[in-house]
Amino acid sequence: MARIGVFVCHCGTNIAGVVDVTRVAKYAESLPGVRVAVDYKYMCSDPGQNTVIDAIKKYNLDRIVVSACSPRMHEGTFRKTMERAGLNPYLMEMANIREHVSWVHSDDKELATQKAMKVMEMAVAKVRRSESLAKMFASVEKRALVIGGGIAGIQAALDISAAGYQVVLVEKEPSIGGRMAQLDKTFPTLDCSACILTPKMVSVSQDPNIKLMTYAEVTEVCGFIGQFEVKIKQKAKSVNSKCIGCGVCVSKCPNKKSLSEFDEKLAPRKAIYTPFPQAVPNVPVIDRENCTFFKTGKCKICEKVCPTGAIDYAQQDETIKEKFGAVVVATGFNIYDHSNYGEYGYGEYKDVISSLQFERLINSSGPTGGHVTRPSDHKEVKNVVFIQCVGSRDEAKGRPYCSRVCCMYTAKQAMLLKDHYPETQSYVFYIDIRSAGKNYEEFVQRAQNDYGVLYLRGRVSKIYERGEKLVVKGADTLSGAQVEVEADLVVLANGLEPRTHAKELAQLFHMSYDQYGFYNELHPKLAPVETAISGVFVAGCCISPKDIPDTVAQASATAAKVCALFAREKLEVEPLIATVNQLTCSGCETCYNVCPYSAIEMEDKEVRRGDTRHVAKVLESVCKGCGACVGSCYSKAVDLKGFSDRQVMDQIETATTELQKEIDN
Amino acid sequence: MKYELQLKNIKEGFRKDVERLSKQKISNCYQCGKCSAGCPVAYAMDYPPSMAMRMIQLGMHDQLMSANTSWFCVSCETCTTRCPREIDIAKVMDTLKIMAQAGKYKMSDNEIPIFDWIFLKSIELTGKIYELGMIGAYNVLSLNPFKDVFPMGVKMILKGKISFIPHMIYNPFELIKNIRMFRKIKKKDRERIYEKNA
Amino acid sequence: MLKVAYFPGCSLSSTAKEYDVATRLVCEDLEIELVDIPEWVCCGATTAHITSELTAAVLPAKSLIWAEKHNLPITSPCSACFSRLKMGQLNLKNNPALKKEVEEVTGETFEAKAEVLHLTRVLLEKYGLENIQAKVKKQLKGLKIASYYGCLMTRPPEVSENDRVENPMLMDKMVSALGAEPVKWAYKTECCGAAFSLTKTEIVRKLSADILKDAKACGADVIMVACPLCHSNLDARQPEISKLLKTNLDLPVLYFTQVLGLALGYEYMDLMLNKHFIDPKPLLKAKGIL
Repeated sequence: MARIGVFVCHCGTNIAGVVDVTRVAKYAESLPGVRVAVDYKYMCSDPGQNTVIDAIKKYNLDRIVVSACSPRMHEGTFRKTMERAGLNPYLMEMANIREHVSWVHSDDKELATQKAMKVMEMAVAKVRRSESLAKMFASVEKRALVIGGGIAGIQAALDISAAGYQVVLVEKEPSIGGRMAQLDKTFPTLDCSACILTPKMVSVSQDPNIKLMTYAEVTEVCGFIGQFEVKIKQKAKSVNSKCIGCGVCVSKCPNKKSLSEFDEKLAPRKAIYTPFPQAVPNVPVIDRENCTFFKTGKCKICEKVCPTGAIDYAQQDETIKEKFGAVVVATGFNIYDHSNYGEYGYGEYKDVISSLQFERLINSSGPTGGHVTRPSDHKEVKNVVFIQCVGSRDEAKGRPYCSRVCCMYTAKQAMLLKDHYPETQSYVFYIDIRSAGKNYEEFVQRAQNDYGVLYLRGRVSKIYERGEKLVVKGADTLSGAQVEVEADLVVLANGLEPRTHAKELAQLFHMSYDQYGFYNELHPKLAPVETAISGVFVAGCCISPKDIPDTVAQASATAAKVCALFAREKLEVEPLIATVNQLTCSGCETCYNVCPYSAIEMEDKEVRRGDTRHVAKVLESVCKGCGACVGSCYSKAVDLKGFSDRQVMDQIETATTELQKEIDN
Repeated sequence: MKYELQLKNIKEGFRKDVERLSKQKISNCYQCGKCSAGCPVAYAMDYPPSMAMRMIQLGMHDQLMSANTSWFCVSCETCTTRCPREIDIAKVMDTLKIMAQAGKYKMSDNEIPIFDWIFLKSIELTGKIYELGMIGAYNVLSLNPFKDVFPMGVKMILKGKISFIPHMIYNPFELIKNIRMFRKIKKKDRERIYEKNA
Repeated sequence: MLKVAYFPGCSLSSTAKEYDVATRLVCEDLEIELVDIPEWVCCGATTAHITSELTAAVLPAKSLIWAEKHNLPITSPCSACFSRLKMGQLNLKNNPALKKEVEEVTGETFEAKAEVLHLTRVLLEKYGLENIQAKVKKQLKGLKIASYYGCLMTRPPEVSENDRVENPMLMDKMVSALGAEPVKWAYKTECCGAAFSLTKTEIVRKLSADILKDAKACGADVIMVACPLCHSNLDARQPEISKLLKTNLDLPVLYFTQVLGLALGYEYMDLMLNKHFIDPKPLLKAKGIL
């Protein structure tokens, strides 16, 4: 016979103000198996917990019910109390009489007390059948996977490596560097972007703890925290390890048909290429879809001119399987495609360019050597118009959010333009100026006061061509005027959105994302770099648009989380998982098909002497205890530890005793 | 421009009327100015469209209704098409004109209500527009009897582009049905604008 | 055999008579049956929707009901009439309360499901551009045509059902198909001043002047329109505009069915090209089309 103790908490006036806690405790004493029932002001406090421990010792209790707040608050606290009292922590049930009773039924105290008594009685019914469960431990593979080689991924990798752990950095493009490598200067300091990024890129390549895999993608993920099993596809670069990065192959390649993605399609690139001169690793790759040899079988010039024989056309894509303890996802952003804006030319006007295209034009290692000229006829520019909020703050285009960085980068671009070309005049059409960082407001004011940039408050309605010029029809709502500017060049401040295949990557991890594809944090305020999947962390613009300081801060935050995980020898895993009674399992494979975590395996086993059958088996380390298999099993062969069928049935019967009596009468 | 903010014009009154009759979310407008930028007639308006929206938000019915803004709207629908907050601004302009012509709120001094009256009267009595009659009546009623007569009017007549005989619905039963229909419409409009059986 | 309910609109019986004549001629040639709606009521144009929402809903509804009862798509050559018919249809579909009022006032019940198309779409999409191309008897070589779409044919997007609202190409495609040269210009969807022709003529003069200036600057020989109001603003008022701009614009404005008619082999008088204020005869003779 069970020896149950019931402890009812006042929680100050949170519970006691509505529920008659003494009555609940008195009622508990009348239930079969309950040896003692007490109430106390703050059960979770030290003296409160000591009351529990004393009662356990005095009345020789073997299981308890704590009627108090939600288990999400103090289940952990009371489990530890059980351990301190020398009992198995899973022989404790919490009856939620705060969130479920006193906080929602504060208008009817009698009804609330009745409900509290019922809730407590159900918990007693459940705990009567509770089993001792042993804690489970999982080993932690002390290797981290960082997906994305932009500044966030680079920072996270360096920080994790600094703590002494192994890191694998996977990047889709042939080189790391991400968006920051494409920028010319960064606000508000106007540091040269490549100058502050490349030392970090080199550190990554030289770090003995970091294995750099570029031109590679993650294709499959299994497992869970501490034991992720990830398949990474290393795409064939067609260049092997003999490459010394001399660049002769690139200069001799005759195929110029593709447009450089790094230069935002402003200039062509060869079929064998490195994306930019400071690429890390400095190993070119062959774009097999456009390479003459791979399409027609002719050419092979790169192989002929390579001094070390590093070209290998026979190289194949390789799939590598590795184990990781934690994953950091830092895939970054794309900019909004402005060809959706018919009023700005459907992307067909050559002289209406995106923000990243402007960065490439003004960057000295860009396609025009740093000369800002019109892409259509390469003439010099005199009047340049910058349009903010393109693809941001626009419900009609499905992008109601603000992209946060555009006001700052537009001011920066206008200032750089004036520095390079003092005779130009820049106009910025804005709706609001968002400059909420350190030294940001002063930066924008400098653009207006010291650089003569004309700020006009109004959205641009249309751009059309008149002869060689572009006519920009905008407005200034502060003065109520329509403003028409004849511009040589129009630069749009495209908004930020997640990468094209961000959703597919999230699905590999069962991560959730919002309607735009931005990854969801575990809690937007208190857990901004964690996700609902334990062991998977996120950083940077793949969560939401942000500037470089915030991105680096988030990257370091994920590194701290990863190191905290790795600092332990073993990881405690909840034993509240499913089990299969293989004697009664019929081998129908329903649970195997239903499990969303692929945590059930089928095996052919000798369940009794001479009786080999096809039965299901739960993979203990993968099961999350969701219970989908339990609900689907036709033979009732699967059960859930801590929430067994019998326990739940008892709770239902307890809850419906009065109803049953009514029906019987 | 001095304006005393009165909550009653915003919580009830003018703003509520415009929202109810136009069925647009006036509060959505953040005066980005795209409508004003693209409006072909904003150059002639007292207040451009985005400012007009702000005035509605603040319940400034006196100033806005005595301005010429809504009367200059050509219903080209450019603002509606380009508005990032998906507000049908042309409809809001229509609503201002509807309310003015129904007698609710002021009507600024201009010739368009005369034209509208003649136009709709022509449809009511004949089912179609009798162009010569309409132009003649309009010229007379707007105290400008010889407008467009020379050279354009004469040239049109010489080219046979203006018919002296009105085109109309010839079936008398249809005509009577038409007139009855207009009477019913007038009654319903009065109810809707003045919320007689709301 | 393509059959459509034909809503000509008030102007087509007087100031835009040549448009009606050319349209009927071309449709007969292409074997498209235009079914005249008996005793049709004026669509209300701009006046109705700025004076009374119910009037603006009832007037087009009468023609829509007729088309629905006879199971025909309804078309109009006038952009304003088309816009009122289409917008009327959409308002009735989306606003059940309004539909109920319309049914009470007209005394008829309907479902608001008739298909409403502008005449350009009937000819160039439903009938098919390739079919027209096959019937072309005279290629309009060397003629530079600026297609003017105006407002109500292109906006708002729910009405025009066009995904290239800012740069439509339907009529330009027809121009190429007829062997002529479509002109790339910026004012193809800007407003001409529409209903203000009588009440605020200065506005019409300014807006139409901008359009004509741009067309001329981009090298157009001829402007092609699909709306009688746009036509009268650009053509009948062109002499005043030329005086205003102190330059002789001399830019003929043709209806698209007249251009189509020329390509199908019809003559100057058949298409009533003499009714225009700016006579296209000298230009067309010079290009060898007449």
